[in-house]
Amino acid sequence: MDYIFEGISEAFRLIFSSDVEFWNIVWLSVKLSFISTLLASFLGVPAAFILVLKKFRGRDLLITISNSLMSIPTVVVGLMVYAILSRRGPLGEFGLLFTQTAVIIGQTILILPVVVSLTVTTIKSLDKSVRETATSLGASPLQQFMVFFSEARFGVAACVITAFSRVFAEVGVSMMLGGNIRNYTRTITTAIALETSKGEFGLSIALGFVLLAVAFAINFIFLKFTHLYRTVD
Amino acid sequence: MTEYSFHPHIVKKLNVKEKQMKKMLAMILGLTILLSVSFAQEKQDKPEPVKLTLSTTTSTYETGLLDYMLPVFEKENNCKVHCLSLGTGKAIQVAKDGNADIILVHARADEDKFVAEGWGVNRKDVMYNDFIIMGPQADPAKIKGVKSATEALKMIADAKQPFVSRGDDSGTHKKEKAFWKKLGITPVSAKDSWYMEAGQGMAATLKIADEKSGYVLVDRATYNFQKGKTRLIMLMEGDDDLLNPYGIIAVNPEKFPHVKYDLAMKMIEFFTSDRGQQMIADYKKDGAQLYFPNFKNPRVCK
Repeated sequence: MDYIFEGISEAFRLIFSSDVEFWNIVWLSVKLSFISTLLASFLGVPAAFILVLKKFRGRDLLITISNSLMSIPTVVVGLMVYAILSRRGPLGEFGLLFTQTAVIIGQTILILPVVVSLTVTTIKSLDKSVRETATSLGASPLQQFMVFFSEARFGVAACVITAFSRVFAEVGVSMMLGGNIRNYTRTITTAIALETSKGEFGLSIALGFVLLAVAFAINFIFLKFTHLYRTVD
Repeated sequence: MTEYSFHPHIVKKLNVKEKQMKKMLAMILGLTILLSVSFAQEKQDKPEPVKLTLSTTTSTYETGLLDYMLPVFEKENNCKVHCLSLGTGKAIQVAKDGNADIILVHARADEDKFVAEGWGVNRKDVMYNDFIIMGPQADPAKIKGVKSATEALKMIADAKQPFVSRGDDSGTHKKEKAFWKKLGITPVSAKDSWYMEAGQGMAATLKIADEKSGYVLVDRATYNFQKGKTRLIMLMEGDDDLLNPYGIIAVNPEKFPHVKYDLAMKMIEFFTSDRGQQMIADYKKDGAQLYFPNFKNPRVCK
């Protein structure tokens, strides 16, 4: 129990401190997660629309694969990207391993299936009449997309938030591809792993609380701005 | 939106939603700009000092030794050392994959193999610390007072008292396996009821041993700052077999032309210089010296 109390008081101390290294770690976590969520969304949301709106062979298989990939362990994504970015790997010449870019690549791959699968489910759950109305009124594919996106945007936003949460909390990819380098690739989660391995359980719990606080703040801002839960009519 | 020939209800909905969508897009755009600006600034702020990647063990990093020594080296050579703190097995593998310029590890047999296979060059002894054996105060295997670590481990195995192993292929784990090999025992985690592999770092393994009231092989640095936090006590120390020497090796530029060999050699010089060795000797935590210089007249295990 001591650890938890120690963790809570330490978390408060950290949040109200002006420790530059600590705030850099928090900022890096936010920055990397945000960029990879953005990338995964720009790739994943249109992909999901294509998967739902276009009819082609192997579509269900692709959706099933995407669904399964949601449960890929973070360390496995980390290892695969490691093999590709490693100096002895196909993209070794760029020297990307153990950089922030490497983490972004890995994290984007990690959450792409989350964005795709959840968005597919969201669009599918839309009332059929939306599509029927649109097509019967002769909407072009682009217009169809617009209508669908507009109808589904609350759901899509929720998918994006889910993806962000997954990536913000993950440690395997950041550790494997970033290397937990101080002042460079150390994020909240890799710092937690380090402090735990040092036996500083109290500090680890504190960082966990900080992570939750930051996640809360980000979700709060996001909801405020998008009025996600305010009904239109 | 008026050119859409949708039902007026949908059009109205679309108009309202468009406003919100615009807001959302504006927010995303704003944040993207903010992020790219912060990226760009980071690039401008620093005239990119040369980056040297050091692959090392968790112990050297977590005891704070590197945070204490490296800034001096960085300042004098205008470089930035990127420390990867990994278990020894992983630290060596990362270097074999060409992803580090220099390694600082403690597993003599593996270090020699690393050099013999051509991955590394110019291995130097840097420092040593030593291992101790900790266990419960009651000491049910009666190892207190025994002089040989090998003998002590045999007594633990014979008495079938809980022993918690790192089990992570780290230098400490390799050390422990060497003892079992000497004894001709190959304990298997869980199958041998007394033997457990944690697969975690030193402090975490010590915590498990504490919970299980078991014995554990611990490096002295970890012992020094964990001793107040555990119920276990030190039961044996001082056997030469328990020495834990560290070596530093530059990655072979013939294998990997991109490595920063010259800078790596400078770091080896730094650690083995009189000044570097003195810094190692001076490094103390809670008043206890953690590492002992070992470049001149190196001490090795029997």
